[in-house]
Amino acid sequence: MKWGVVRFPGSLDDGDSLYAIAEVMGQDARMLWHKDESLGGVECVLLPGGFSYGDYLRTGAIARFSPIMKSVAKFAADGGLVLGICNGFQILCEAHLLPGALTRNRSLSFICERVWLRVENASTPFTRAAKQGELLRLPIKHGEGLYVAPEDELRQMEERGQVILRYVDAGGRESDDANPNGSMRAIAGVANERFNVFGLMPHPEHAVEPMLGGVDGLKIFQSIAGGAR
Amino acid sequence: MSERPVPIPGEPRVDPEQARAHGLAPDEYRKIEQLLGRTPTYTELGVFSVMWSEHCSYKSSRRHLKKLPSKSELVVQGPGENAGAIDVGDGWAAVFKIESHNHPSFVEPYQGAATGVGGILRDIFTMGARPVASMNSLKFGSFEHPRTRYLLGGVVGGIGGYGNCVGVPTVAGEVMFDAAYNANILVNAFCLGLVRKGEMMSAKARGPGNPVLYVGSATGRDGIHGASMASAEFDKQSEAKRPAVQVGDPFTEKLLIEACLEAGRTGAIVAIQDMGAAGLTSSSSEMASHGGLGIELDLDQVPLREAGLTPYEILLSESQERMLIVAERGREAELQAVFEKWDLHAVVIGRLTGDQRWRTRWRGEVVADIPIGALADDAPLYDRPAAAPKIQPPAKSPVTQKHPEPAKALRALLDSPNIASKKWVYRQYDSIVQSNTVIGPGSDAAVLRIKNSRRAIALKVDSNPRACALDPYLGAVATVCEAARNVACAGARPVGITNCLNYGNPERPEVMWQFIRGVEGLRDASIAFGAPVVSGNVSFYNETEGHPIPPTPTIAVLGVMADVSRHVTQFFKAPGDAIALVRTAAPSLAASEYAAIFAIDGGQLGAIDLAREAALVQALVEGAEQGLIRSAHDAAEGGLAVALAEACFNPRAILGAEVALGRAGNAGAVDFFGEGASTVVLSIAERDRGRVESLFAGRGLEFALIGRVTADPRLKIAAPAGLDEDVAELRRIYEDAIPRRLRGGD
Repeated sequence: MKWGVVRFPGSLDDGDSLYAIAEVMGQDARMLWHKDESLGGVECVLLPGGFSYGDYLRTGAIARFSPIMKSVAKFAADGGLVLGICNGFQILCEAHLLPGALTRNRSLSFICERVWLRVENASTPFTRAAKQGELLRLPIKHGEGLYVAPEDELRQMEERGQVILRYVDAGGRESDDANPNGSMRAIAGVANERFNVFGLMPHPEHAVEPMLGGVDGLKIFQSIAGGAR
Repeated sequence: MSERPVPIPGEPRVDPEQARAHGLAPDEYRKIEQLLGRTPTYTELGVFSVMWSEHCSYKSSRRHLKKLPSKSELVVQGPGENAGAIDVGDGWAAVFKIESHNHPSFVEPYQGAATGVGGILRDIFTMGARPVASMNSLKFGSFEHPRTRYLLGGVVGGIGGYGNCVGVPTVAGEVMFDAAYNANILVNAFCLGLVRKGEMMSAKARGPGNPVLYVGSATGRDGIHGASMASAEFDKQSEAKRPAVQVGDPFTEKLLIEACLEAGRTGAIVAIQDMGAAGLTSSSSEMASHGGLGIELDLDQVPLREAGLTPYEILLSESQERMLIVAERGREAELQAVFEKWDLHAVVIGRLTGDQRWRTRWRGEVVADIPIGALADDAPLYDRPAAAPKIQPPAKSPVTQKHPEPAKALRALLDSPNIASKKWVYRQYDSIVQSNTVIGPGSDAAVLRIKNSRRAIALKVDSNPRACALDPYLGAVATVCEAARNVACAGARPVGITNCLNYGNPERPEVMWQFIRGVEGLRDASIAFGAPVVSGNVSFYNETEGHPIPPTPTIAVLGVMADVSRHVTQFFKAPGDAIALVRTAAPSLAASEYAAIFAIDGGQLGAIDLAREAALVQALVEGAEQGLIRSAHDAAEGGLAVALAEACFNPRAILGAEVALGRAGNAGAVDFFGEGASTVVLSIAERDRGRVESLFAGRGLEFALIGRVTADPRLKIAAPAGLDEDVAELRRIYEDAIPRRLRGGD
């Protein structure tokens, strides 16, 4: 599988994403520059975490107008796989490639910690290596991760299985305490209706080595890589 | 040749009175007139006032700092550049430094702390090193002081707001609350970067005729006289100094990091320095003077944020995220292309000259023309009088007061903001970006792996102002010992030190005495560990209305381990493991958190045997290297009892411990809550007991088996101290202490 990691000027986890895919997974991965329009023939585009263009206005609000995002939108429309992590998720929402929006955490402060997530739909290209209902331990690190969408849209998303990941406690139960940022319905990750675009606030690329706190993030990357076989 | 600069119409008159208003002493002003052979222009007076400020010139500290050891076979760069560097193996050098941003953070906590992070990052990447880890040391007033919450929230928000946006993990730190800092908080920021040995960049200019490029944010009026603000005491009018605090733009900083590192790889950069304190003035004069050259700047080329800035303002602005670069002549375009790629502009604003003068032009006229040495080597140098305070703290015999019940004392200590979990703070920092953080905040020292290598580095920042207040020499020694011991507990050998020396007004003989004794303590401990001091910073004038802070040397230690898989954490690992206590001396309640909380006279500090301290560090490192130590935790604030509790708080699974001191003490308050001496709590697999004992006891260190790790999550300490506490409950107290206070609960 050929992967492309988009590098915006304020991307921060671009190197970590490339490292996880190329060094840890041994996959074919390359950086894509935000000023370019070419995706270089990749089969999965990853929009990494960070602050794209500084995000002083609104997270992801400027990034959606970058040259590369025109190509990413077309790539997604053609059915290509797009994975947005953290700031990448925010950009995908701003670009209307995913429903909903991400706003400031309930605590109004940045949160960096490991959380538990429950896989709500294990039949997508991004989660097929996990079991339905499986718990994953992944880190989050964001100031604006509170997921919101209109109530009727949320209902439809749930019916179609677009809610992919939810924040839960270590026992797999939803609770207010286990919801780190106050997201509606404890939503941590969603897909589009065609299930070829997936955004999540947790960082799977930071959970790929035992020494650095766990390997649950591999489930996401293995799901994507496995689909190409 | 020297040109007579043109005064600018409308500028204030320069006379001794004006010089005094700029913070220059009458002698200093006379010296300026002498060096110039004439009266300075107003612009020149401003330039002298910042370059000769304590902050820029180190005029009170320089002669004492020379005592610090700065050499070893691992030192790649000692003091004299933007940061020091140590060889950490496999072709890598670690470039690191700690710096204060105390005064701005007290005036405007968010921006003050944010720009402190930004400034120290620039010191690292100007050396060609990619910043890979940040730490910070914070001192606030007492939690009950009305301003503390505002300052805490602002400073932590600022460190996170900046650090989280530039992609450098904040991996460790320390936070202390004490009424002694009510009116003078301390914000010390540390950064470490990695660079391939031989690819380091320098701030030393070469080659007359080489162009000088300005890169980064445009120059505005912010931060004018920031360096001067940091060189004076606070008073009731300090609020009015808010405009002297700069505003940070972390996105531009991130672009600068990437662009400068990429530009460095072209080989077209001769010298590079950030425009920090005293901005364009200090960066240009320092680069040129380090190379024995002169420099000529055309201020009309400087990118400005707004029209109408005077040369005085342009030269003294401390606007953030600006770099000054000397390029190889003819290769300007190559560098400019790199900066354009990152949407930054590199503008030629001057050139190096051979005439050793610092000359600036504006609207075609020379507005300042100063022999460059006058801004550097000829700056004033003082040997300020030093005297021990007349009234020494009374040397009372220890403890006659009534002590609380041990269980009650332990709970109170775990609830103290100085001991309690700082998770509320570090949860707001990205501690994992760059995928190197093996141990992040919340253990004794941070551990970072080096990619494509088995090696790792360990980092710890420490200070001990209460001990320094009792004895500034012993306090400094104890601080270095503690930081070195923490790094060794993680399994790393201490190899280098950086320091931030925070003191009061050096014009007071007793403060100068504290400072000199602190430097001597730092020197002696540094020699004992073979860990040289490669960089540092001095922050004087930390006092308000005549009340100085306690002497606070903040020490950061870099450790190296050969095999990252051998790293050790502070948490007990498995039921049945033996718990051992290792000490270099008997503990005491002097300068302890216990004495502070229960208002007990802790007495005087005991002597420190540096040879034993070094032996302890050596034994810890060897034990870790041989894989014999399951956990190692330094007993710091709160002593042995708190260390035992913290070792039980394993985030994976809470464990318990059963402990009886036996011959290691009669189980009084001093045994369990005393500090002072170096005490480490180890856990060891049963089969390794003998080998570990000979490792420590063989070096003449006190080694005692005091108990066992238990699956039952209770901390049991045998009579006569007698306590039996639920570890989960202790952890709840420990974790909720700071959030509870912030919620406004009791």
